[in-house]
Amino acid sequence: MENKKNFNVTFYLLIIPVLLWLVILIVLPHIDLLISSFQVDSDAGGKIFSFEHYMAFFKNKIYWLTFVNTAAYAIGVTILAFIVTFPIAFYLTKVISKKYASFLVLLLLIPLWVGELVTVYGWMIILGDHGVVNQFLIYIGLIDKPLPLLYTNFSMTIGLLYMSMLFMVVPIMSTLESLDDSLIEAASDLGASKWTIFRKIIIPYSMPGITSGAIIVFMLVIGDYVAPDILGGKSSLWFTEQIYNEFLATFNWGEGAAFGFLLLFISSSIIWLTLKLSGQKLERVGS
Amino acid sequence: MIRSLPNSPVYKYTYRFYAICFFIFLVMPLIAISVLAFNNSDFVALPWRGFTLDWFFANTDQRTGFFADDGLIQSIFISIKTAFYVATLSTIVGTIAALLFEEEKFRFKGLLYFLALTPLVIPGVILGISILISSTMAGGYLQDHFGWDIEFLSPSFWLVVLGQFSFAATYVMRLVGARLKKFDRTLEEAALSLKATRLQSIIYVTIPFLRPAIIGAFVVAFLISFSNFNTTIFLIGSDPTLPVDLYSRIKFSSTPVLNAVSFLIVVFITVAALISLFLNRNKK
Amino acid sequence: MNKILEIKNLTKSFKDFTAVKDVNFDVDEGGFFSILGPSGCGKTTLLRMISGFIKESQGEILIKGESMSGIPPEKRPVNIVFQNLALFPMMNVKENIAFGLKRQKINKSEIEERVADMLARVGLEGFEKKKVTELSGGQRQRVAIARSLVMKPSILLLDEPLGALDRKLREHMKIELKLLQKELGTTFIYITHDQSEALVMSDKVAVMNKGRFEQIDTPRNLYKNPKTAFVAGFVGESNRFELKSSDDGLLVTQKGWKLEKPNLDFKTEILYIRPEAFILAPSDNLININRFKVLIKTILFDGSNTKVSAIVTSSGDELLISLPQNARFEDIEEGDEVQVGINYENLKCY
Repeated sequence: MENKKNFNVTFYLLIIPVLLWLVILIVLPHIDLLISSFQVDSDAGGKIFSFEHYMAFFKNKIYWLTFVNTAAYAIGVTILAFIVTFPIAFYLTKVISKKYASFLVLLLLIPLWVGELVTVYGWMIILGDHGVVNQFLIYIGLIDKPLPLLYTNFSMTIGLLYMSMLFMVVPIMSTLESLDDSLIEAASDLGASKWTIFRKIIIPYSMPGITSGAIIVFMLVIGDYVAPDILGGKSSLWFTEQIYNEFLATFNWGEGAAFGFLLLFISSSIIWLTLKLSGQKLERVGS
Repeated sequence: MIRSLPNSPVYKYTYRFYAICFFIFLVMPLIAISVLAFNNSDFVALPWRGFTLDWFFANTDQRTGFFADDGLIQSIFISIKTAFYVATLSTIVGTIAALLFEEEKFRFKGLLYFLALTPLVIPGVILGISILISSTMAGGYLQDHFGWDIEFLSPSFWLVVLGQFSFAATYVMRLVGARLKKFDRTLEEAALSLKATRLQSIIYVTIPFLRPAIIGAFVVAFLISFSNFNTTIFLIGSDPTLPVDLYSRIKFSSTPVLNAVSFLIVVFITVAALISLFLNRNKK
Repeated sequence: MNKILEIKNLTKSFKDFTAVKDVNFDVDEGGFFSILGPSGCGKTTLLRMISGFIKESQGEILIKGESMSGIPPEKRPVNIVFQNLALFPMMNVKENIAFGLKRQKINKSEIEERVADMLARVGLEGFEKKKVTELSGGQRQRVAIARSLVMKPSILLLDEPLGALDRKLREHMKIELKLLQKELGTTFIYITHDQSEALVMSDKVAVMNKGRFEQIDTPRNLYKNPKTAFVAGFVGESNRFELKSSDDGLLVTQKGWKLEKPNLDFKTEILYIRPEAFILAPSDNLININRFKVLIKTILFDGSNTKVSAIVTSSGDELLISLPQNARFEDIEEGDEVQVGINYENLKCY
């Protein structure tokens, strides 16, 4: 690549499509998003600069309450996803034999490829009044009226956890795979208990995987619409639902753009902070 | 703890019990959907009223099975068409991006690479509304200044393709890039020393090496597109894709035909997954 | 000497094969004991049973006279230095060495003291804060050994820890390990497939093959008087011949080379002769010796370890013969015919 001074056809053949992709579909749309979040229709029929949309957000308690609620929920589900799936990632990489593991990993990935709509629909069937859980509990006589499971924060959490947890398992598994068993044996040989090995060896070692999984899970949950909308109750406060309403119901695009930008801002800030705190690079995320 | 360490039976069985619970949790929605696709009831609910294939084949006033439901068939067809274009486009551009970032040195490379990675951490809804706003602005501008009415700049099939492509290309770039990292650079140098041009060495040496990753990335991009909802919903025109169609039916008019179509998707994905497992085993 | 480790009738069977078969041995306190064998001979399984990572199928392990059955690895007075060293990559040198002490709830000042002392012993003062990934191969080695030794184990188990080093460093570490062991007085059990590591460092070596011990002896005896054909072939270099017959003290190779071995009281099929056992141009007054002529084929120059490849004139058998270290045969050349002798006692028959 030393002869770059020459007109390098190959280089331009490579960079032009990539530039088109990034500029037209990533950079420009986000600039436009930012611009339109600061625009309102003027009386003269044109557009003028204004903070109106952002003011609407801060003045309206329900908006920023929803916003805070969504961010807090996303963090909570991320932590929950870690707690639920870490033992599984460890189980599949270190406990059972490779033969069963490859089959179970496949099983793990099927809901992912089937898609969120289908699996959320599945949970709706399971948790409804005439669903599997309620009918079973009534059948064995534990309850005589269906429990209100569906359209609650509980069902919403299940749905969010279910659709996002696989993105936690995969990166953790890939770091655990490179963890040499002899490190665990050495710690045990030096007198460490299981809990100490877990805390001092396994968790620190898999930190890169945990970080990258956590980032993806957080991003998916905070931006999700399907699970909160279908499984959540009327009172579930979910910020993306506000954005959908602005764009698809009330057609208030300016306010929607402002909300979108706020969502992008909070998710990027938290992701950036996570990357900084863990000393990790964006390159590693999702691999 | 691990295979090679002795464990107490209590520990071992508790752990196994947890893993079993987890996998039950994992397959439960898929099983529930599949079973109720064959329930002889007009509602998506228990109790079990007997086995029927109505929700696949019926075409009566009361029941419309999947194969008689023109709306669903149509939306599946649109989803496949969308996914095909998205996969093709993002495989080409994603592979080019992988080659560019792995092989070339240029100014602002770090910045460009960062931009190419951002779709990993931007929620799909944001990409959807940004592209919607941007295309509408561009469409309005062209209409006002040149009088051009460009159809694909308003919500439509092609806008969906562009929107899904914008992040699917990132996944392709990552998958192909990972394989490219394992590529032995001296092979390209050998080609160059045998008087191939740079482009020829990429086409005849690098691309064949990348072929398995490129095929894999195509499949991944196809599936990403096929199941996407968050971005698609903002860009869709009059013809819904399958997830959008499913969404509105789940919200407003769910009948077991939804189970039938979901069941077919689950079966398709499972078979595809088993085939890939089988192929990978044979390779080893 | 006290016996620090006693192994009695130890056997380990897996589903489809037996890795260790009825092994018995004792190790003296403060000794350097090596287990030498080809890969797959069961030596790693044996080591893992002593450390407690694998449960024995039959037999008993006693450390300081106490049975170890049912005692988990973390409770046994042994520590391992792993083949790949297994240094914790997320910790620095000091944290690695202090890891085991911290688990024993030892107070901070004592930990500091013992870690500092250990670092000094292995010559790594000033490396406390280094990441283990920044160390050279030899330094990593020392950290791994220090990490185990700081626990003051009764026995230190070493699982081919020199395997990953390059040859020069390996030679150096051999000597260093032996000196360290002498200085500390800790019992070392060292497993390896490299005979020179075992011979150089050990007080006693057990040669292991297919799950069994073939011979337990001092390095010198192992070399001079191998008890089995496997030991003769595995330890040191040898010329190996299959015999056609061995009647009346006359050994005949397949190609027909005849050698006298009086007082041979068993039927034998295999003959080993060390390259250095041959005497070039033996003087006429030597007795108990076979004399024959060989044709020099090539000279394999290797400094003090120079050998010649030669052919027995009468039969065509090929031989590897060491040249004596004095300069007497320096002018030997390809194509020369030389008189060679071999003592009866140096014909090792099995």
